[in-house]
Amino acid sequence: MREIIESELIQAWQELVRGFAHYLPRLIVMLIVAFIGWLFAYLLKLLVRSTLRVTKFSRLSESAGATQLLNQAALPSSTELVSRFVFWVAWIGFILLGVSVLGIVALQEYIARFFLFLPRLFVATLLLFFGALAAGFLSRAALLAAVNANLRSSRLLSISIRIIVSIFALSMAFEVLGIAEQTMLIFFGTLFGAIMLGLAIAFGIGGKDLAREYLERRFGTAKKDEKEDELSPL
Amino acid sequence: MAEETLLTDEFLRQLMTVGEVDIVVGLPTHNNSRTIAPVVRAIQAGILKCFPRERVVIINADGGSQDGTPEIVTGASIDDVWSASKVYALRTLHSISTRYARTPEPGTALRTILAAADLLRARACVLISPESTTIEPEWIQRLLRPVYNDSFDLVAPLYCREKFEGLLMRNLLYPMTRAIYGYRIHEPYASEFAVSGRLATDFLSQELWNDEWGRIGAEIFLTTTAITGQYRVCQVFLGPKAPATHRSASDIVAAMRRTVGALFFTLDKNFSDWNTITGSQPVPTSGDPCDVTSEMVRVNRKRLRDMFATGVAQLEPVFRSILLPSTLSELQKMASFEVREFKYSADLWARTTFEFAAAYHKSVINRDHIIQALVPLYRGRSLAFLLENRDGSNDDIEKNVESVCSEFERLKPHLLEIWVNGK
Repeated sequence: MREIIESELIQAWQELVRGFAHYLPRLIVMLIVAFIGWLFAYLLKLLVRSTLRVTKFSRLSESAGATQLLNQAALPSSTELVSRFVFWVAWIGFILLGVSVLGIVALQEYIARFFLFLPRLFVATLLLFFGALAAGFLSRAALLAAVNANLRSSRLLSISIRIIVSIFALSMAFEVLGIAEQTMLIFFGTLFGAIMLGLAIAFGIGGKDLAREYLERRFGTAKKDEKEDELSPL
Repeated sequence: MAEETLLTDEFLRQLMTVGEVDIVVGLPTHNNSRTIAPVVRAIQAGILKCFPRERVVIINADGGSQDGTPEIVTGASIDDVWSASKVYALRTLHSISTRYARTPEPGTALRTILAAADLLRARACVLISPESTTIEPEWIQRLLRPVYNDSFDLVAPLYCREKFEGLLMRNLLYPMTRAIYGYRIHEPYASEFAVSGRLATDFLSQELWNDEWGRIGAEIFLTTTAITGQYRVCQVFLGPKAPATHRSASDIVAAMRRTVGALFFTLDKNFSDWNTITGSQPVPTSGDPCDVTSEMVRVNRKRLRDMFATGVAQLEPVFRSILLPSTLSELQKMASFEVREFKYSADLWARTTFEFAAAYHKSVINRDHIIQALVPLYRGRSLAFLLENRDGSNDDIEKNVESVCSEFERLKPHLLEIWVNGK
């Protein structure tokens, strides 16, 4: 009995050692891949950072209003954020590549999924960036037009446009990522409806002056002195 | 030059019929049937009286009028003028018209007229606004003589205006052009002016016609081209400027775009020409100055103040990317003042304008947004000008404008600093 136990233990130990010896080179390969990946990702981060600085990406981000949002959330600058994002995506990609060398079947599928997910992540990021850009531009254009036309509630109009465009960009990004499509559809549908209802109520209560002004201008019943108080500039 | 694409075949045929001329009178129009007839009569009378021996053509560049304006121009009979003035032209006075676009583009109209003048080898070209209801036949002589007889290349007008008209010209366009380019041209954006054939040819070869500014703000470019090209420039007193027929908020935004936008744009292009200029020199001026009229203009001052204060408050995020923190904080302080204590000093106004010009150069945000953001501040400056000169005489107003110009000249190093180093 004792001999049997000893032989089983020895056999188990030998298998463990054999298995470890079998995996050790793969583990070393994985670590090497991860290290090279870190090095590559770090260099890529430096490259991206300097490219963004040369192309004055921060100015674009500032004009889109993204810098303001990042400052409010106490996050690093947009250039730093994008370079860090590139670093982590590249390094995680290499780590997963290294893990796949280990040959763990259960992980293979997830790794493959991650690599298939990368292009979609890239597209979603682009969508969010251009969405932020469009939201910033359109909301500022609306704000300037409203202020120069002396409309009240200019800020409300501008913020509403920013929110609507941002929601639209966010919903598109989620759709590209394929994350809980149905839930997102219902969520954004409800949110959009709620915003529209809120705006309608806000306009009805707070913007009655604005509506009156518009109608007066449209049908020419505005007070005469208000028409005459613009001086000829040229 | 792309005259073959700019000028239609029909227009070229008309120009060939006319042949070489000495003088071109340009009339850019768009739905001006209410005012155009007396303007054409004054032009005809001016030509008959002062240039009866010269070969002259009136060219109407129309931007898609729907009210028969071109027909009025080409159909205006010279017989009435003959009988009234008892002077007869020794040459045929041609009147031709072309439609350059379906919608009005002042720059394209100017280009069309100058291209025609270039083709017809005109020695002088004078442009007259179709809305100049105060025009006298003598204006033609005053504008053309310096080019035709004294070899000047650009003749800019000087008007007498109603007391509070032309505020953008007095508070921004004149002081800034003077400080930047060093020439005291009071009307850098003129609706009436004369140019020599050689300046017209040079101006047509400039690379601006494909830009938006070439289409909407070419008048400013003409002035800066004359200055930077060291052409001979002078000014003549014309008379009273016709008051604006309608005024609205959208007019101010559009006016800012085509004047201030174009002026800021020229700064980029001509940096090497203006960065070393200090001070300014007077421009030869002729004619009899006339006093400003002190006709009461109804202005709701409280509303102007409110529009300024609302603009400063609402546009704070926009101003933060354009103005220096110190300038913005001064504006915010001013926005809290009531009308009776409201003051927008020339020093602060000059700094504001220069910081806007530098922001435009650096494109800190969309350039059109920068121009639009200046509108509420211009309203604030207009109110301050109004309050400063409420009981002022002609001399007082001139002194006030002169002090604004001095501030712009004094603060030019500030512009250069933020232009080069950023804010």
